[in-house]
Amino acid sequence: MALITANWNPMGEAFYRKTELYEMSWNLRDGLKDCLMAAAPYGGPIALLREPLRRSPSCRPQLEIYSASGVAIASFPWKSGPVIQLGWTVSDELLCIQEDGSVLIYDLFGSFKRHFSMGQSKLSEVDTKVRMPPKQMVWCRRPKSQQPSVVMVWDHLLLVAGVCNDIIQFPLDSRCVCVGELDGVRIISSINQELLQEVPVVCQDIFKIASMAPGALLLEAHREYEKSSQKADEYLREIKEQGMLAEAVRQCVEAAGHEYDSNTQKSLLRAASFGKCFLTDFSPEHFVATCRELRVLNAVRECSVGLPLTHTQFKQMTLQVLIDRLVYRQFYQLAIEICRYLKIPDFQGVSRVLKHWAACKVQQKELSDEAIARAVCLKVGDSLGVSYSHIAAKAFECGRTELAIKLLDSEARSGEQVPLLLKMKRSQLALSKAVESGDTDLVYMVVTHLKNEMNRGDFFMTLRNQPVALSLYRQFCKLQEQETLRDLYNQDDDHQELANYYVATSYREKRLDSRLSHLQSAVDEYNKAKNEFASKATEDEMRLLRFQKKLDDEKGAGLMGLSLQATMETLLMLGLYKQTDQLYRDFKVPDKRYWWLKLKSLAEKEEWEELEKFSKSKKSPIGYLAFVEVCIKKNNKYEAKKYISRVTPEQKVKAHLAVGDLEGAADAAIERRNEAEISAVLARCSASDRLLTDRLNRAKLSTAKK
Amino acid sequence: MAAHLSYGRVNLNILREAARKELREFLDKCAGSKAIVWDEYLTGPFGLIAQYSLLKEHEVEKMFTLKTGRLPSADVKNIIFFVRPRLELMDIIAENVFNEDKLHSTRDFHILFVPRRSMLCEQRLKEQGVLGSFINIDEYILDLIPYDGDLLSMEYESAFRECYLENDQTSLYHTAKGLMTLQALYGTIPQIYGKGECARHVANMMLRMKREFAGIQNQILPVFDTLLLLDRNVDLLTPLATQLTYEGLIDEIYGITNGYVKLPPEKFAQKKQGEASKDLPTEPKKLQLNSAEELYAEIRDKNFNAVGAALSKKAKIISAAFEERHNAKTVGEIKQFVSQLPHMQAARSSLANHTSIAELIKDITTSEAFFDNLTVEQEFMTGVDTDKVNTYIEDRIAQKDPLIKILRLVCMQSVCNNGLKQKVLDHYKREILQTYGYEYILTLNNLEKGGLLKPQTSSRNNNPTIRKTLKLWMEDANEQNPNDISYVYSGYAPLSIRLTQLLARPGWRSIEEVLKMLPGPHFEERQQLPAGLHKKRQQGENRTTLVFFLGGVTYAEIAALRFLSQMEDSGMEYVIATTKLINGASWIKSLMDTPEAQMH
Repeated sequence: MALITANWNPMGEAFYRKTELYEMSWNLRDGLKDCLMAAAPYGGPIALLREPLRRSPSCRPQLEIYSASGVAIASFPWKSGPVIQLGWTVSDELLCIQEDGSVLIYDLFGSFKRHFSMGQSKLSEVDTKVRMPPKQMVWCRRPKSQQPSVVMVWDHLLLVAGVCNDIIQFPLDSRCVCVGELDGVRIISSINQELLQEVPVVCQDIFKIASMAPGALLLEAHREYEKSSQKADEYLREIKEQGMLAEAVRQCVEAAGHEYDSNTQKSLLRAASFGKCFLTDFSPEHFVATCRELRVLNAVRECSVGLPLTHTQFKQMTLQVLIDRLVYRQFYQLAIEICRYLKIPDFQGVSRVLKHWAACKVQQKELSDEAIARAVCLKVGDSLGVSYSHIAAKAFECGRTELAIKLLDSEARSGEQVPLLLKMKRSQLALSKAVESGDTDLVYMVVTHLKNEMNRGDFFMTLRNQPVALSLYRQFCKLQEQETLRDLYNQDDDHQELANYYVATSYREKRLDSRLSHLQSAVDEYNKAKNEFASKATEDEMRLLRFQKKLDDEKGAGLMGLSLQATMETLLMLGLYKQTDQLYRDFKVPDKRYWWLKLKSLAEKEEWEELEKFSKSKKSPIGYLAFVEVCIKKNNKYEAKKYISRVTPEQKVKAHLAVGDLEGAADAAIERRNEAEISAVLARCSASDRLLTDRLNRAKLSTAKK
Repeated sequence: MAAHLSYGRVNLNILREAARKELREFLDKCAGSKAIVWDEYLTGPFGLIAQYSLLKEHEVEKMFTLKTGRLPSADVKNIIFFVRPRLELMDIIAENVFNEDKLHSTRDFHILFVPRRSMLCEQRLKEQGVLGSFINIDEYILDLIPYDGDLLSMEYESAFRECYLENDQTSLYHTAKGLMTLQALYGTIPQIYGKGECARHVANMMLRMKREFAGIQNQILPVFDTLLLLDRNVDLLTPLATQLTYEGLIDEIYGITNGYVKLPPEKFAQKKQGEASKDLPTEPKKLQLNSAEELYAEIRDKNFNAVGAALSKKAKIISAAFEERHNAKTVGEIKQFVSQLPHMQAARSSLANHTSIAELIKDITTSEAFFDNLTVEQEFMTGVDTDKVNTYIEDRIAQKDPLIKILRLVCMQSVCNNGLKQKVLDHYKREILQTYGYEYILTLNNLEKGGLLKPQTSSRNNNPTIRKTLKLWMEDANEQNPNDISYVYSGYAPLSIRLTQLLARPGWRSIEEVLKMLPGPHFEERQQLPAGLHKKRQQGENRTTLVFFLGGVTYAEIAALRFLSQMEDSGMEYVIATTKLINGASWIKSLMDTPEAQMH
């Protein structure tokens, strides 16, 4: 443990330390000589361009991209113009600035993304800066720094100069490049990579020789405890007497975060855990979080991953960004494990990783559609927030339509499937997906699309195979395109609907002959549909229209548009009995209704003689109570009484009552020994009809007895 | 303001509040003064969500009805169209906007689609060249509107027609979406039962939509235990029968629209002292009807024959309460009495209103015409002479009674007889066409397509079996103190409600055979709940079922379900949802096609 301070260099009140991060995995033959180099902060990737100014077409400079630990990610010959500067954007995109001021942008894997141009003037400024001695100057700082400094690099010397005029010097074996970080400077040479930083105060407190800080004592206590030495108790007691145990634990936890070496982390955390046992109400969150985060950090610091992030940097960049970076570097498995380990909600965690993974997977040219689709579905399953249509769109972008369609099959949201299918010109499939979704608006959208895209015949055929879509299109046509509606029914040989269509259109015609011709078409279609009733009814309608027209022309009867019944009514009112009879016979009007009609009409006109004649023309199909009642309605008791004798026994009481003949009603009711009828008559009797009342009551009594 | 929504087992105010919040958010999106141009159909349902005061608070200064031509002038920054997604409305909007531009106006345009935006409509606006004129195009997802503490309706008028006549399942998609919204607010419904093709379709869409949200787990403790989806065509008979509950009769006779009824004013004339009642009001009396009114809540679901007694009992209680004032001696007692006065006065005016309504209804129910009609209905429902031409119907046609009434009776006979003999059917049809006009051939075709009217195909009539097994006719229905749902139709127990009742106990397995005789599949689905959301039921705690009627429900059916909820040993409470509140007349009307002749 004493070794921890071995690489500490004092500067003013503070210490600076240089820790090795990696032995670089790369193998650079000529070191970093004649190279343009750019390394992204936050342990980002490194770009190298050898001999950037070489212009011979036969031998082009090579652009290489490495992880921070020197693992090769991409390498390709530089074919564009001479590059004078390299740089990284915050989203890990490589900027290559050319002499002419144009900037080419590549992704981490060396794929060209886009380019833009910038003015020359700015460039020359950058240019002069680079050529200034010393070779490089970088701020070395950290949050809450005690002693911010500048790092200067020469060919064989690295010098740290603080505000306090103190300096630290490190000799250099080979050329190196410095990268300013949030909390230090990374020094990259061809052989290794180191982190130079001001030692955080909490680490100083703990590890400074002979430190009496609570954390230092706790660390010591734990060490003694591990040795089963009673000194552990003494140290502990000392901390507790100062009331600093909680502070000691906090220091150990915090210091662990700042240490790069996992053994140091462990001993600090163990000490913290040990101290925690003697505290009653200590909230464990900070401890647990640090343990988890360190575990994640150690994993990403692995050489194979090569993200040498400090805890401070990690906190600054956030977990979300770390996951993004891992995804961007295609460390999907690790990213997923981290998400699961830190229990990030799927929506922000695993699903997001899977989405990127799948988008990348579909671009793997060597795999078959089948294999990719299977792999994607297996992994993605129905994870929330992973949109199959998004993945499919990616596949389509890469020209893999079949794969896209396979993937879309797994998309649960039809709203998402349909537009892409249309874009891929799979209209039929889009239509069936839209139908499946139940979202009629979606179906309409596809139908409209198909209508514009196909010729009419194909369009109709397509609809024919999709009854739901066809129905919806019909609804559309009913409102918007009546003519098309007819064509649709025609194509389907739907004679019944076609006939209905003609009936409906006939009403829109202003002229009789065109109305009749529509109705004739309807008759034909009803016949084809074997709907005998409807065809007959429509023929009747035509006959009625012709009849109305004729009478309107001849007599100005104003019949047009009336129903058959209303027509007969009008004719009767006009006294055109012969014509009424003609209609009655021609249209086979049921006797009952005809009798009612004639009865009411004659009564209305008070043609009592005609009415009596009519009543005797044959046996009334509606009985004779109706005759009594219409007469009464016209206040003609005299006429009403004429019909009473012909009323059936069942209705007789009612008939007598209708004309106000209580005696007659009583006679009829008593004769029929019907209690209800007797009561009905009684109800109409007034106090003055005492004799009648008595008679009825007696009859009622005797009926009830039986 | 909407307290009546929170009285029930399920607090439907949550739904209303969610809808109001969304409305406010949209209005605030359009900064500055506003005028709303209404699709007239929406104003009624919207009134149940937000009164004008809410709109006013959000700077809505003017309201217009959507119509062709030019927009009325209004000095506002924003013009917002509140419309259903219908193409014909898009054309009107386009015309409005087009005319406006010519005036170099600086008003901003917005569209709010209710309940859902439509690509088809936006496409239409694009074709008309006005799509770019709109700053906001948004949707206001208002599928299920709370009508009362236990009642939700989509007020989607054409749902039945679209589903069964036109094979257009748009309404079912909205239904499924509405149920998803409901589940988002009230938790996943663990059990889904259904009967009928449409029910199956809705359930399928719901399960599919749930898959679309796979992963997002609804963490709300489920309020509903069961969802029952019922197709209207499983029970075509019930809406055709005349409803005999108080509320049902008000609807049959005067029609209830969006919770309001308009009544003839004569009976409501306020007689002030010393003033002769010569100035009778001519405007119809408009009354709001819901459970917020204590008396109405008490009597709405009673058989009308039991309403008189209930009203006079109430009258006694109220006058006794007023008499109390003579007993009030001390200042404290008087104070107490006075504090109750507003409540008592409200009760008295409520009593006066309902006494008047009951008188109006009684004039009709005691008429011979009403009695004759009911007699025929009951004959049909009990299967008497359903296979012959009915003399009463013939007579009513001859007397030219309203066509809808005739159609209702003929359809009822057809349904009760499982189709009519071809000869009988043709006779009725000819009678109707000759009397009311040949144009009604289209309406008759529609009724046949919808299954309300049909020729007998198989010789077998299952109705007697169904009636017997499900006990659809109860000879001795007790109208005053009912012990069975059959009281709502004075003998006939609505099939739809019987199915609901039997599902709760003893379960549908016991009536498997009958279910097979009814149209469409019956099914059961389960929706997984996240661990920890399984309800731990208290001893004696009721279960809650949401019954969704696809294609409409009548007030009498609602009354029957409320009756079941209140039955002591039922163990089940019901919340009712539907595409539309209907009665026989409004239902038949929605199926009619009446082309108007252009020729005169």
